[in-house]
Amino acid sequence: MEAKAQVDLDTTETIYHPKRGEGGTILDIERFCLWYGHAQALFNNTLNIERGLVTALIGPSGCGKSTLLRSLNRMNDLIAGLSVSGRIVFEGKNIYDLDLDVIGLRKRMGMVFQKPNPFPMSIADNVTYPLKVDHVTDRRVLEETREQALKSAALWDEVKDRLKDNALGLSGGQQQRLCIARAIAADPDFLLMDEPCSALDPLATTKIEDLITELRGRYTIIIVTHNMQQAARVSDNTAFLYLGRLIEYGETNDVFTRPKLKQTEDYITGRFG
Amino acid sequence: MPKRLQKDLEKIKKQILSLGAMAEERIRMAIKAIETWDAGLAEEIIRRDYEIDEREIEVEEECLKILALHQPVAVDLRFLIAVIKINSELERIGDEAVNIAHRVENISKRRKLELSFDFSVMAEKAATMLRLSLDALVNLDLALAFKVLTLDDEVDLMHREIYDRIKEVMSQNPDYVGYLINLYTTSRHLERVGDHSTNIAEEVIYLIEGEIIRHGAKLEALQAGEPGAK
Repeated sequence: MEAKAQVDLDTTETIYHPKRGEGGTILDIERFCLWYGHAQALFNNTLNIERGLVTALIGPSGCGKSTLLRSLNRMNDLIAGLSVSGRIVFEGKNIYDLDLDVIGLRKRMGMVFQKPNPFPMSIADNVTYPLKVDHVTDRRVLEETREQALKSAALWDEVKDRLKDNALGLSGGQQQRLCIARAIAADPDFLLMDEPCSALDPLATTKIEDLITELRGRYTIIIVTHNMQQAARVSDNTAFLYLGRLIEYGETNDVFTRPKLKQTEDYITGRFG
Repeated sequence: MPKRLQKDLEKIKKQILSLGAMAEERIRMAIKAIETWDAGLAEEIIRRDYEIDEREIEVEEECLKILALHQPVAVDLRFLIAVIKINSELERIGDEAVNIAHRVENISKRRKLELSFDFSVMAEKAATMLRLSLDALVNLDLALAFKVLTLDDEVDLMHREIYDRIKEVMSQNPDYVGYLINLYTTSRHLERVGDHSTNIAEEVIYLIEGEIIRHGAKLEALQAGEPGAK
């Protein structure tokens, strides 16, 4: 087989060939490093996230993809002993600046987790929860937002007749779409998804993937996934991380048909990882 | 890499190489039939074509199975796509051997024209192209694949020369139009063997480089960076 470049983790530069979106860059991650105490988890990650596109973060377990995702809305702040260097620039401002409104930042970045986490309340209240936190009380606004968010999350038709039912009674796939609806209701710029389908069956997974494709363009979506085929199906760009380093960041079609680096090829073809 | 996928890919490689060897054998038989105008040999080529057809279907089914079960990506995906296309080219090469055999059957029924048409150089070149394209596949040899593309120009030129010669002879021997058309068609089938071999070489280049160079696309750029192509 062709001789692909091997990666010397200490010296090799990341290979970049991402697709550029029409909306330009929305987030600049610049030489971002992160330490859990003395253990460094991310090493000089530099990449631009394109507005409106779907970016997949892939790599073997422990490569730092979830850490990077959680760094974007500063969810890692809650971990004791955490320190960072470098910058993550959103709207001209480093999100790690001391004067940044972290709650405001998190509202701009809806998060969907591996395990669906609806609140133990009605379907309707789950969706409008972010608005209520913001003290929105206008019933018409709440109802419109609720319907719109549930429609956007492709859940409306399935729940419109039982909005008062407890959300915990929904199936796993429906719960995950409810969580997406709740994230959308806050009108974010980003949807950050950490393994959103790993707890779902193939049919529910397909619905989430269809939804991601549907939401593409309206939101900038960043998805962490262990499922190579899923990354290949839903994303525009793919970032391959290995041992905390960004190895290759490129247009998904290219990464999955002719990756530039041997490490990427070996990982996506299941030769290691 | 999952062991099952590795095993399946190795199996498919063996199958496609075996089909390649079979197609090469048929072309060699066809060349011999042209040289000797041996109707018996021609009949054998025609009769045994089903063997190639069956193998082609086996390879295709195996490829579909791997695609469905393993959903391969990157180099594994390129390999499978290349095999699917090479598989079809090899089957077509088998058909060209059959076509040549039909021409030989027709010609052998008639009194031979006292004018020599030597197909041996052209036939040898077309068979060499097939062998080199299969060698390029086995060894993933980019330089060899590019060499096949160059040889195709030579075979095309020989085919044009035969066309001119046959046209000339035809005007002088109007009684032999049918015979000469059979000779011309034989040349055409040999030229097609060259084309199919070129297609195989192009698939090998795609497999190695990830670049589709059919229809001249990106070929020059690739050749510029490929010493073996110069």
